[in-house]
Amino acid sequence: MSLRHNITLGQYLPGSSAVHRLDPRTKLLMSFGFIMLLFIVRGGWATYGLLGLAALCTILIAKLPLGMVARGLRPILIILSLTVVLHVFSTREGVLLFRWWIIAVYSGGINQGFLLAARLVLLVLSTSVLTLTTSPILLTDAIEYVLKPFKRIGLPAHELAMMMTIALRFIPTLIEEAEKIMKAQLARGADFESGGLMKRAKALLPLLIPLFISAFRRADELAMAMEARCYRGGDSRTKFKVLRYTALDIYAWLLFAVIGVLAFYVSYLG
Amino acid sequence: MPIKLEQVSFVYAAGTPFERHALKDINLTLADGEFIGIIGQTGSGKSTLVQMFNGLLKPTSGTVTVNNLVTTAKGVKLKGLRQEVGLVFQFAEHQLFAETVAADVAFGPENQGVPKAEIAARVDSALLTVGLPLDIKQRSPFELSGGQMRRAAIAGVLAMNPKVLILDEPTAGLDPRGRDEILSRIRELQRERGITVILVSHSMEDVARLVDRLIVMHEGQILHDASPREVFAHGAGLKAIGLGVPQATEVLQLLRQRGWSVPEVALTLEEARQAIVAAYHERRERA
Repeated sequence: MSLRHNITLGQYLPGSSAVHRLDPRTKLLMSFGFIMLLFIVRGGWATYGLLGLAALCTILIAKLPLGMVARGLRPILIILSLTVVLHVFSTREGVLLFRWWIIAVYSGGINQGFLLAARLVLLVLSTSVLTLTTSPILLTDAIEYVLKPFKRIGLPAHELAMMMTIALRFIPTLIEEAEKIMKAQLARGADFESGGLMKRAKALLPLLIPLFISAFRRADELAMAMEARCYRGGDSRTKFKVLRYTALDIYAWLLFAVIGVLAFYVSYLG
Repeated sequence: MPIKLEQVSFVYAAGTPFERHALKDINLTLADGEFIGIIGQTGSGKSTLVQMFNGLLKPTSGTVTVNNLVTTAKGVKLKGLRQEVGLVFQFAEHQLFAETVAADVAFGPENQGVPKAEIAARVDSALLTVGLPLDIKQRSPFELSGGQMRRAAIAGVLAMNPKVLILDEPTAGLDPRGRDEILSRIRELQRERGITVILVSHSMEDVARLVDRLIVMHEGQILHDASPREVFAHGAGLKAIGLGVPQATEVLQLLRQRGWSVPEVALTLEEARQAIVAAYHERRERA
């Protein structure tokens, strides 16, 4: 019944490891860089082995429970298996391993399928490490900084970050609200669980309408409260918590550069 | 519909760092036709407790039996139970959703499968009970004032003709007159229909005036369970846990400290007035 406890919000795992203490901008840009690297370098098993090792080391340094990280891969399980299967059956390179009727499996297919799967896994891992070690608020702060240069072409960086912060802040509130309204309607004999699709969709109205109304009411109240405190957007607004790069960030970037160069080297070697 | 709780405990978010014991080993029997008040500080487990009574929450351990139905039993149909035990939540106006007041009040009885003609009659009678004029029936509930919205929401539960009516702070945020009006109508209803009413409240005045039996919750446990007169005799103990006594009782207790021979507890202002006048005459005669 309790919605609140079934939904993990973001997935931030508080901690004090070196990875946690990195500046969020560093982490954001680095995960982005890592993903770029994955796509730029010509992948062979050696390259992916190297990048995978780097990812594993980061996870270990951050003291993230491996089970939790693995659970983050669950949503892409279907895509992963589809990738492998499609490649295995459609690529006609390398040695013919197996043929039956119109199905032919070549060694190149297996190789490519799993390489692509490895790339996807690494991609998801890097974003998982980012969100697992960075609080959502710091992350939006970092996004604001990173988007700042695009302000000149009219991108409202501060406003976007503020919207994200507010959205994050209100997710638990709205879940709580939804839970409360659901209970109130259940107490009035509402039935959210039985009946066909149409009936069930209709049964959701007594939940959704009050929820929307309360969301709009909250938005109104928040806007009023922000205006009453003279909020006027990002211009000349200072921060209470200013993000600062530390020596740790420099080391991290150096390490990242080394891994990047190594990855290129290994990929051209192979 | 007697309600019986045996060794009921309830834990929120068990096994996580946010684990919280909302109820600890509660034993309680509510008989038919009682008017029961529940008081306690915010977070003392009142709201959790009342949600046990209609199966919205099920105990982590222990059993809740409503009308010989154990809510934790496998395959038990709670829908029927919820229609017999009406629950008005805090800020009940947040549950309004229909296009008209009449349609919103009719939502509960419709779910019960009440015939159309009877629904109309029930809607009218519920609206009158909460003191709303019938000409607002075709208006949108969102056009009403805050107090009217609250009344409409309470009417939505009353229209289900529950045998047990639970009200979780039904009058929070209402003006004093609206509060008194709603509560006295509920008291009348309880006497007329002989239903059980459970009133969760922060107002000592309200419970003192209305209820026959008062349950005091503290940190998930029942601290007192007796008549208001007996409970409010523990004035100091109640204050120690952040509650208080009705102002009428407070005045008498202050007078007693100064040597006046007045009773310890008065539930209403009128009762306190009479006691003080009597004590005053007695003192004058002695002097």
